[in-house]
Amino acid sequence: MSTTTSWVVLGSTSVFCFSIKLLGYYIPEGWLAHPRLQRVNALVPISLLSALVVAEGLVLKTRIVIDHRLAGLAVALALLFAKAPFPVVVVSAAVTSALVYHLH
Amino acid sequence: MTTLPRDTFRDALSVALTVGAYGVAFGAAGIAAGFSVLQTCLFSLLTFTGASQFAAVGVMAAGGGAVSAVAAATMLGTRNALYGLQMAPLVRVKGFRRVAAAHLTIDESTGVALAQTPRGTRAMRYGFWITGSGVFLFWNIFTLLGALGAKALGNPASWGLDAAVPAAFLGLLWPRLTTTYLRIVAATSMAFAMLVTPWLPAGVPIIASVLVAVIFGWRER
Repeated sequence: MSTTTSWVVLGSTSVFCFSIKLLGYYIPEGWLAHPRLQRVNALVPISLLSALVVAEGLVLKTRIVIDHRLAGLAVALALLFAKAPFPVVVVSAAVTSALVYHLH
Repeated sequence: MTTLPRDTFRDALSVALTVGAYGVAFGAAGIAAGFSVLQTCLFSLLTFTGASQFAAVGVMAAGGGAVSAVAAATMLGTRNALYGLQMAPLVRVKGFRRVAAAHLTIDESTGVALAQTPRGTRAMRYGFWITGSGVFLFWNIFTLLGALGAKALGNPASWGLDAAVPAAFLGLLWPRLTTTYLRIVAATSMAFAMLVTPWLPAGVPIIASVLVAVIFGWRER
């Protein structure tokens, strides 16, 4: 990633995300009241976060790969099932993945 | 003057501190994706909406393009507009304070404010402001710590940072999967992302997964 690209991503993300927040304070309530829009909008974070888990944990460029990251992800999943707190989940995943990375 | 309900204050602060601490994970993710410490900190100051920040740096880390990164972050941020809609009649501010309120409109500030409903409008308003500014403070402090820490550590894979990022996404996703239906949506989105990965440029499968949300949300159940 070039320095220019990183600044463009930072700048655009910040401008868009803030504009959306501000929009909520200015638009008439009816505009976003359409049930279909609300249903889809409620599901968007779930779809995006799910795809991000895949993209970050199982993908290298445009290939599905199984490597040390999956071991970390499996531990994270097990801990989430066990209702572990967020920091514990993230740190355990990192430690597991690092161990597999070095042992491999 | 009536005193601020102690329970509201406690709710707001505990949420602010816990959520703020996640900033460490974002700080590390930003560095792992190739952003500088300054840029990573600016994300938390200026974007200030966790899932979108993670998405922007996550797409870049996955080798995606700038457009995919910004689009994924923006789509994740759309729910904040719906929060603003709910918070606007509650905080009722104008000018600079409205800008500040908008910037602090995130999952947590809205969540705590709505949870104060039985305690009245005043408690809701305090809940919003204290949680929003508390998360802002701690989120930024912990982002800096995470970024500096990750910078000092070096190779992300060597310290497991490359697995910490998807684990963080899973941790953000998990509490949202409250019903079987939502779990099906998540599983379908994951399967879809895997399926299209070999056919699309890096990063694009993330945005394409919104299709799954559109398909599931199109019809009333």
